[in-house]
Amino acid sequence: MSERPGTTSSPTALLRARGIRKSFGEHEVLRGVDLDVRRGQVIALIGPSGSGKTTLLRSLNGLETPSAGTLELDGGPAIDFARAPRKADRFALRDRSAMVFQHHNLFPHLTVLQNVVEGPVHVRRTPRAQAEARGLELLDRVGLATKRDAYPRELSGGQQQRVGIVRALALGPDLLLFDEPTSALDPELVGEVLGVMKELADEGWTMVVVTHELSFARAVADEVLFLDDGVVRERGRPRELFVNPREERTRAFLHRILHPLDDEPSA
Amino acid sequence: MDWGLFSDSLWPIVHRGLVGTIPLAVVSFAIGLVIALGIALLRLSVNPLLSWLGRAYVSLIRGTPLLVQLFVIFYGLPSLGVVIDPWPSAVVAFSLNVGGYAAEVMRAAILSVPRGQWEAAYTIGMPRATTLRRIVLPQAARVSVPPLSNTFISLVKDTSLASLILVAEAFRQAQVIAAATSEFMLLYLEVALVYWVFCTVLSFGQDRLEKVLERYV
Repeated sequence: MSERPGTTSSPTALLRARGIRKSFGEHEVLRGVDLDVRRGQVIALIGPSGSGKTTLLRSLNGLETPSAGTLELDGGPAIDFARAPRKADRFALRDRSAMVFQHHNLFPHLTVLQNVVEGPVHVRRTPRAQAEARGLELLDRVGLATKRDAYPRELSGGQQQRVGIVRALALGPDLLLFDEPTSALDPELVGEVLGVMKELADEGWTMVVVTHELSFARAVADEVLFLDDGVVRERGRPRELFVNPREERTRAFLHRILHPLDDEPSA
Repeated sequence: MDWGLFSDSLWPIVHRGLVGTIPLAVVSFAIGLVIALGIALLRLSVNPLLSWLGRAYVSLIRGTPLLVQLFVIFYGLPSLGVVIDPWPSAVVAFSLNVGGYAAEVMRAAILSVPRGQWEAAYTIGMPRATTLRRIVLPQAARVSVPPLSNTFISLVKDTSLASLILVAEAFRQAQVIAAATSEFMLLYLEVALVYWVFCTVLSFGQDRLEKVLERYV
């Protein structure tokens, strides 16, 4: 995880999104979102469920195709979603990024190591021996090298998610996308996954993380975006946004998460 | 009961089963699975014409008797100038038939693989065809073993229909001996017993296969 080139900071954004919109039928989930991701940056997307944060994340790698807006990769030509995007554009987005899912989505018929090398060997055509050596090195760093021949169902939720992270890292992506990576875990397993993610952030990986773990966002993120009803209601450094939110909606959301048993804060 | 006739005729019937019935079932089933996969993928296509073609095929196969399909190929096609020998005729008819039934099993099995598996494969850069081959079909195979085993066991018994187009298989052998000795009850019960033993052995095989595939999921 250390040999990330990301730490050499470049002034241009790795990813620049402008005016991203997405509708599902009548329902507009994203209503014009801007997002800049610079190399080495960790961005946390927070917000109530249905706010569009997962849809935004999935738009960044082509799992969702926005209805409008532009995406620009590494200062390259912008993809304009006003027209149906070309396959090549969608794949360009995907091939620069890797994703960690809420429900890990490991391949159940493959062992841990096979899961990790599936992309490198069968997509990138890396020689198997080389891919396995690299995969084992990564598994070792998350403490799972001994599980190389286990099947996913034989692992705990936290272990499964750590394998999911390694599977993403094995592709050597420029951008790591996390979709609520700890939401499906038992509370006592959350820490081991967040620990790995914090290490990755410290090593300079570029990450966009959809999360409900405010303490993680606060400790690790460089920038936090609060999405609400399909727009970015507020954005800023975590210290500012968490301690001193400007918007009433942000304040109410933070209060609900931090004090779930309380009533709405009195104005 | 004429036990002498029973024991004298047992080996000829079993032998015809081993060299006639089983190869016919195995070859037809193998070809049928390939057809079924093609039809299942047609059914799942987003292209309405392709999807309709798959649907029409399944409907035709399932909506007409196997015996009629067999007769169309062996007795019907010659009038169009297409003459096929008994054995290949039977293979064609049974393969097409299995293709229709197994296609529905495979379609359901493919649909049972969670969407997240397609998405995960997409995010590691896999094209659709590779995803299908390396990620989805292995998982679908696990799900479809029990229903496909049923299809296969039905097929083993259905091959007895091939006796009506002169294929030398187990039932045909029993018929020949019965006609010569007039011991109809004895010979037909005997051949029934042979089919039952064959199918029971195959069921054991199915259990073993399911156990092997159960290591994951």
